Amino acid sequence: MNFRRFTALLAGVVAIVLVLIVVFLAAYAWPAVRLNGFHFLIDNSWNLGRQYGTPITVNGQQILPGAHYGILFLIVGTLLSTAIALALAVPVGVGAALFLAEGVPPIMRSWLSFFVELLAAIPSVVFGLWGYVVVIPFLGHHLFPFMIKWLGFIPFFGGTPGSGYGLLTSGLVLTLMIVPLITATLRDALVSQPASLREAAVALGASRFETMWTVLMPAVRRVLIGSSILAAGRALGETMAVLMVSGNALNILPNNIYQPISTMAAFIVSQLDSAMQDPTGMAVRSLAEVALVLCLISIIVNGLARVLLYYEGRQAARPA
Amino acid sequence: MGLTAVDIRNAPLPAASGRVLRRRLFDYLGWGLCALAFLLLSSAMIWILVVVFLRGFSALTWNVMTHVTEGTGGGLLNAIEGTVVLAFGGILLACPPGLAAGIYLAEFDRGRLAPVIRFLSDVLVGVPSIVIGYFCYITMVVALGWKFSVAAGSVALAIISLPYICRTTEMSLRQVPRSLREAAYALGAGDGRVTMGICVPSALPGILTGILLALAISVGETAPLIYTAGWSSYLWTGHLTNEPIGYLTYAIWAFITEPFSSAHALAYAAAFFVTFFVLVISIIARAVLDENAGWRRLRPWDKRKA
Repeated sequence: MNFRRFTALLAGVVAIVLVLIVVFLAAYAWPAVRLNGFHFLIDNSWNLGRQYGTPITVNGQQILPGAHYGILFLIVGTLLSTAIALALAVPVGVGAALFLAEGVPPIMRSWLSFFVELLAAIPSVVFGLWGYVVVIPFLGHHLFPFMIKWLGFIPFFGGTPGSGYGLLTSGLVLTLMIVPLITATLRDALVSQPASLREAAVALGASRFETMWTVLMPAVRRVLIGSSILAAGRALGETMAVLMVSGNALNILPNNIYQPISTMAAFIVSQLDSAMQDPTGMAVRSLAEVALVLCLISIIVNGLARVLLYYEGRQAARPA
Repeated sequence: MGLTAVDIRNAPLPAASGRVLRRRLFDYLGWGLCALAFLLLSSAMIWILVVVFLRGFSALTWNVMTHVTEGTGGGLLNAIEGTVVLAFGGILLACPPGLAAGIYLAEFDRGRLAPVIRFLSDVLVGVPSIVIGYFCYITMVVALGWKFSVAAGSVALAIISLPYICRTTEMSLRQVPRSLREAAYALGAGDGRVTMGICVPSALPGILTGILLALAISVGETAPLIYTAGWSSYLWTGHLTNEPIGYLTYAIWAFITEPFSSAHALAYAAAFFVTFFVLVISIIARAVLDENAGWRRLRPWDKRKA
């Protein structure tokens, strides 16, 4: 076998891994998919059933009596926390990228950017530790009561502050984890825009910020969208940090932004121990279905972002 | 006497109209908000580092590094050992396909396979690590009967590191000038000789950095290990399967929620080790990978182009 074929063969491993993940998850989760049907996504109850009951047969599958698997609260929790994170991360990411691209002298730029982008290198569980130890007490005792007092008239901002574990806390921690993705990509794109764009804008009398805002930002719009989608993909799948600060709600939907939630990724970690107690194995298979749903969502989201960014890259590479 | 630049500079500005004021306000407000965004991020970063390093440093004792965990106290020797074993196991498994895929993408990229591999590996980066962990749980821990083990944990970490190694290898090989390859081919070298003898050695710093980055990611991972490697308070006895193993990130997660201060100390110490290691690797990687930034900027006499 020649060298070229040999590398192609080993390279195929990289391609096949993703396919294998989806296929095996789907195959393992298949009995659960048959049992739960479409209600899996719209029902709001995750119930393992009576542990010591005699297994009964439903839809041809053996389950514990009273068992029911519905993950609406997880889908809502995942989407809401991601939405909050994205809503906060995009403005902050854009601001920081503009500041780093144009607002600091070039000699400091690379080190300041590096410092901020190091946030992406901090492991998820360390974010969780930080959130658990210092952020939750601060939010629960100081910021949340303050927000309820002054912003309580806005829907979902009022109510009781709770303990600090919850939707907004997860959103805030997720924000910090995904901002560097947006900032880094956007800053690179801003710096690499052709100088002629800048010169043209300045020649027309635009100030420096007007140049950035009205000329360069529209030019990197697609990069911003692509990197935001990538960031959303990361927020959807974050596990440890969310697990440690979300409050791990079970079967309830939040009525305000301070209430506990749970996300699909965090739920898999927090529930596998109890799911393994199910003698019929259906709980573990239903968790595999959660993983499958999460996997498919992240494949769609990431695929979309990559297609957008590839298209942008190809456009940038084309001679003007 | 004609008009000079000084006259122009000293000419009185027209009185600021509403429009000018509005524009100036927009300018200040814009820069102010941008600076605020940057300040928010950097203060969060500093806050995290201060918490982890101050508390972690005060929790570091000799015992932590020389004793195994006993209940919720003792040391972290088992976890440090486990993290090293798992991370190196993952890298060892990920290197052959990762490097080969990188070489294939950079050197032999003209078939239909290359865009597919690139796309799939980019999507694989975005697949949540817990999904990869669960995949390894149902296939290796359950179906193959390996139980919680070094083997299952290493495979999980290998899958996570694979796309990073692949893409950094590709990127570093692309930096090697084309003329080098042409010269080697002209001298009659084959594909293997040109790649392994010429291109890979000149791209080695970048490739090694990619591997180091993958190592940092492996060391910081928690979720995929919880149900593949398990946890053990004892030192590893060398079995690849059927023997759970401890690791530092588990100690952070599990011990901070315990009510005992001895457990908290272990969690902080573990966080200190993990964060310190990850930061050091990130700084090295930054210095090597980003040719336009980092050390190069501090050495203006070095005129090499990226």
